[in-house]
Amino acid sequence: MIEKRTTYNYGTAILAAFEYLLEKYPEVFVIGQGLWSPWYVGNSMTDLDKKFGKQRVIDTPVAESACTGAAVGASLAGMKPIVVHPRIDFMLYAMDAVVNQAAKWSHMTGGQAHPSMTIRGIINRGGEQGAQHSQALQAWFAHIPGLRVVMPATVADARDLLIASVLCKDPVVYIDDRWLYDQTDDLPPVIEFDLRLERPRCLRLGSDLTIVGSSYSTRLALNAAEELEKLGISAEVIDLRVLNPFHSEEVVTSVTKTGRLLAVDGGWGPCGIASEVLAVTVQHINPANFKSSPSRVTLPFAPAPTARNLEKTYYPDTNSVVRASLNLMSS
Amino acid sequence: MKQISQEFSLKQLADPAEFHSELDLSDTPAESLRAYISAMQRIRLSERQLAVGRRDGLIGGPVHLGVGQEAVAVGVSAHLRASDRVFGAHRSHSHLLALGSSVEGLFAEVLGRDTGHSKGMGGSMHLWDQPKGFYGSVPIVAGTVPLAVGAGLAAKLQQGGDVAVAYLGDGAVEEGVVHESLNLARIQDIPVIFVVENNLFASHMHISTRQPNDSTARFAHANDVPYRVVDGNDVVAVASAAGDLIADARLGKGPGFIEAVTFRWYGHVDWREDIDVGIHRSVEELDNWRQRDPIRRLKEAMLTAGVWTEDDDEALELALKKEVDTAWIKAMQAPYPASTALLDRVYFKGAQA
Repeated sequence: MIEKRTTYNYGTAILAAFEYLLEKYPEVFVIGQGLWSPWYVGNSMTDLDKKFGKQRVIDTPVAESACTGAAVGASLAGMKPIVVHPRIDFMLYAMDAVVNQAAKWSHMTGGQAHPSMTIRGIINRGGEQGAQHSQALQAWFAHIPGLRVVMPATVADARDLLIASVLCKDPVVYIDDRWLYDQTDDLPPVIEFDLRLERPRCLRLGSDLTIVGSSYSTRLALNAAEELEKLGISAEVIDLRVLNPFHSEEVVTSVTKTGRLLAVDGGWGPCGIASEVLAVTVQHINPANFKSSPSRVTLPFAPAPTARNLEKTYYPDTNSVVRASLNLMSS
Repeated sequence: MKQISQEFSLKQLADPAEFHSELDLSDTPAESLRAYISAMQRIRLSERQLAVGRRDGLIGGPVHLGVGQEAVAVGVSAHLRASDRVFGAHRSHSHLLALGSSVEGLFAEVLGRDTGHSKGMGGSMHLWDQPKGFYGSVPIVAGTVPLAVGAGLAAKLQQGGDVAVAYLGDGAVEEGVVHESLNLARIQDIPVIFVVENNLFASHMHISTRQPNDSTARFAHANDVPYRVVDGNDVVAVASAAGDLIADARLGKGPGFIEAVTFRWYGHVDWREDIDVGIHRSVEELDNWRQRDPIRRLKEAMLTAGVWTEDDDEALELALKKEVDTAWIKAMQAPYPASTALLDRVYFKGAQA
């Protein structure tokens, strides 16, 4: 039997996940700003309100904190809400609902209450938008026990991890990056995954070094690996996919094999995701196995600039990853 | 400005020399009155026991006692059912017990025992008894207010006529999220009742030092949410206001707001009456407020109305004392959580479907 495959881009894959969930699960609803005019979430939520009604696709007042808290409360009452924050920067108003409430209710009720809700935070940066329209704050949420954090890098994951997040009984922060929306892929029909079993994935086999990324950083890693291949360097690429709980085994296995590690992250360096990647390898791999010191590519330690010349150097690109890889190979 | 501040002033409700008289019981069946006095006494004796347990060092964590405020939760709960969704805050023993939740479960929880309502993982400030309709309480001020709005939104989508209740204090209305919540509840016609227990103090600070006006109902007015301001130490008045607003919410008319003016006899935290986070309280003011005792006023009115006798009262107190004593002994004997509880409850462990 040949399974039917349909072409999606990253944005329409997210849209397909919303449609699948709203169609199949009456307890799913979506709440957030801009949902009745979702032009600033690309093509990822087009016409959901028209298909499923404004009762279940709720555009809201300018109230990130109350809307996120409301999603927590609704989940405790048997619903499966998805809160949408079109820019993750604005979601900081909702940190009590995310960190104090959603993340802690299972533990502090003795495992009796489960905020089964998904918080979609979108990274929307570049274009001279500046410091408060640019952030990638995955490290914050990866630090908190009780939350799950996923960052899809591929079209398939954009759809399937969103569905898995919403079906998961724990609170999940699902972070997508607008810079990924144009990539396309042919996807098979939906299979529902148990998010608890999803782990980092090796997207490219290699023998000389391991490049670890997530979300857009994984794209950079894959692009860099192609460039490196032309130079005769074989890079293995690990896509983290799930950042909380943090799974170290795949990274450790790969770096044990290659002896070299480059961690790439779209956030800042100190106490970030790349720090954790480095830490688990240093903790679990014999120093003699390292052929060079592990390294990382992250943002400069400054808020995002607006001026185009500064912005051009601010965000890591494929060349940054290639250069850092070459440094690793020569050290 | 002048007009607004006059319209929203608690006036005599905030004056402890007023409202000492018997309650007007004319519209309330005797059966309800007996249920009220029983529920209020159960709460008070339970909290007195917690005060003693804390004073004696048997309770390790902080307890925020609401002795003197029992009429609010009992009056509101008179119109609630188990499928409703009640959320509390740091001072929520009464909110929980008024729903008929077990005293032993509360004591065990406060003592951190495995048999507690939250299996010993929450303590006094994180209570949970969802089967009774108590969805949970947390000590982050106003933390559960949007959660209650969400549980009410769920009730609206589920179309079962259930309502949510958010208990909050006069301090909580100073949090921004309360205003977001009121607005969201109104614009979405969410069946949620905001119950402000205005006891005039947030920790050690009197409301006059925190807000330009002592009535929090002005925020309901600002958000177009129907409201009632009542003597929170009059269980009949609270029940009447709650009954109207809850009935409207069940019919799809959206949120309601009750401001129940009351006073706590203990300080902000723990068992001492004379100090409040380092600030000495006026003994005279406290004595005045004790004259507005919600239980004594109900009892005297019931005696006058001939629906209660001194014998009834003694029998009730005896029975409740026994219940509370037994609950305390059982809770003290209960085991602590297993060591595995530390890591086992962070994430959901069961089957996903």
